[in-house]
Amino acid sequence: MSKLSNQVVLQKITARFGDQITIPTEPPGLLSFETSKENIIDVLTYLKDDKELQFNFLTDLTGIHYPEQALPIGVVYHIHSLTNNVRVRVKVFLSDDTPTIPSATKLWEGANWMERETYDFFGINFEGHPNLKRILNVDEMTVFPMRKEYPLEDPNRVDKKDYFFGR
Amino acid sequence: MNHNHPVYTDNDPQNETTTLNLGPTHPATHGVFQNVLEMDGERIVSGVSTIGYIHRAFEKIAEHRPYYQITPLTDRLNYCSSPINNMGWHTTVEKLLDIKIPKRVDYMRVIIMELARISDHLICNGILGVDTGAFSGFLYLMEEREHIYEIYEEICGARLTTNIGRIGGFERDFNDIAFAKIRRFLKKFPPILKEFEALFNRNRIFIDRTSGVAAVDPETALNYSWSGPILRATGVDYDVRLNEPYCSYEDFDFDIPVGTTGDIYDRFIVRNEEMWQSLRIIEQALKKIEKEPKGIFHADVPEFYLPPKEEVYNNMEALIYHFKIVMGEIDTPKKEVYHAVEGGNGELGFYLVSDGGRSPYRLHFRRPSFINYQMYAPMSKGMLLSDAILNMSSLNVIAGELDA
Repeated sequence: MSKLSNQVVLQKITARFGDQITIPTEPPGLLSFETSKENIIDVLTYLKDDKELQFNFLTDLTGIHYPEQALPIGVVYHIHSLTNNVRVRVKVFLSDDTPTIPSATKLWEGANWMERETYDFFGINFEGHPNLKRILNVDEMTVFPMRKEYPLEDPNRVDKKDYFFGR
Repeated sequence: MNHNHPVYTDNDPQNETTTLNLGPTHPATHGVFQNVLEMDGERIVSGVSTIGYIHRAFEKIAEHRPYYQITPLTDRLNYCSSPINNMGWHTTVEKLLDIKIPKRVDYMRVIIMELARISDHLICNGILGVDTGAFSGFLYLMEEREHIYEIYEEICGARLTTNIGRIGGFERDFNDIAFAKIRRFLKKFPPILKEFEALFNRNRIFIDRTSGVAAVDPETALNYSWSGPILRATGVDYDVRLNEPYCSYEDFDFDIPVGTTGDIYDRFIVRNEEMWQSLRIIEQALKKIEKEPKGIFHADVPEFYLPPKEEVYNNMEALIYHFKIVMGEIDTPKKEVYHAVEGGNGELGFYLVSDGGRSPYRLHFRRPSFINYQMYAPMSKGMLLSDAILNMSSLNVIAGELDA
């Protein structure tokens, strides 16, 4: 199985986008880099349409929340080139108040529900999404439960208080 | 054309559509699925899937649980093949911790995963038969699934939500009865699968109901991020076991069956063929295990592998490690891993972000059911309702995995 090495992918991406992407110290195995929300669609389109790279499979799209960071809300794309059998991870970090990012549904239809799920749990607005509403939680919900400030359980519950050990 | 019923045309005054709630508890949907369909007679004009009825916030819960307590959560994703989920989770954590697993453990894992794949495909294909009106094939297969569950029971004590294994290996070795039961299954199952295939593969009624129905071309399937047997039925030979071997799958000789048209019939045939391949893999694994040193069932990683209880009570080191693991005293590396296994219905991925603590900072399940199912409503347009029911069965969507 011919495998495109991470180095080749990295070279091609840096040659095309230069300083618009940031590459952290490379973790073994999976090539991972960051970009901004202005460039994300360009980066994804390039990865998908380039004749050599052919990252044609959107494996996963999800969110992550780092409350201490200046840009706390992250969107993580895992993209797979089935022909070359290599994966990349692309991350975009967004600001806290109404985080907005262009939708990837124009590139992959499969991004539709993944983005809805990410909106549901992290409150990330995907611009250009055809039907951005909650998918797993009830529509009446007002919070975004996977953000770190949202507790796992209602802290005001009294039925679980233990005399000796607290909660 | 049969004119026993009135034919509605565009200028017919009766030309109006009906809204039909298919689910969430309809017996033909095999799980908690709701689709609000707009029907024109028997034909579906449009549909909207509503999901989330059994959402249990596993990703949130996982952020508050130590690694070894997340295994039971993964059981409840795809409960038709929970050992695959368990092993997927263990291998993800092992990838994070960089643990080298002995070959014998890998082969044991392969056996249990392939058994799980068979039991998953048995249910899916059996139910597909029932939905076309052929009940007897299903009954043959359910008996065999029972035998697989007995093997699980022998290995871990549980049947459906198995919680097999630990981080680093298994909690105990497969005993002789378990091996005997696996061998017995390998002997007894092939004739039954053959009989099942004889009932269906060239059955006129079955072919009429399934062939050419809900056909999907590979471009659309890839565009919708499909994976697993339904993607392979369209002709794309993507299988995680082959592309990124885990658990020493590279040591095994097996084929990846692919279809051509991506219709329901192809999905059925691909699943049947995968069962044969799984049997091949299990046979090879049993042979390979005999060559490995006996009695090894976990890696030598005391700081992550929970010791057996007898050891904890009688041996100081074991007590210390038990305490350290349970109280989360052992640091984990600060990194992110994405690890995927070939689940019963597609690529089951775990995106695990560790901040060095005892529980994940973020854990995301790439659930194949969730991603495969989103094409269901769009592809049902113009389909007959009875075909749409078959289509849902053939997608092998499991509600627990869909809603996580």
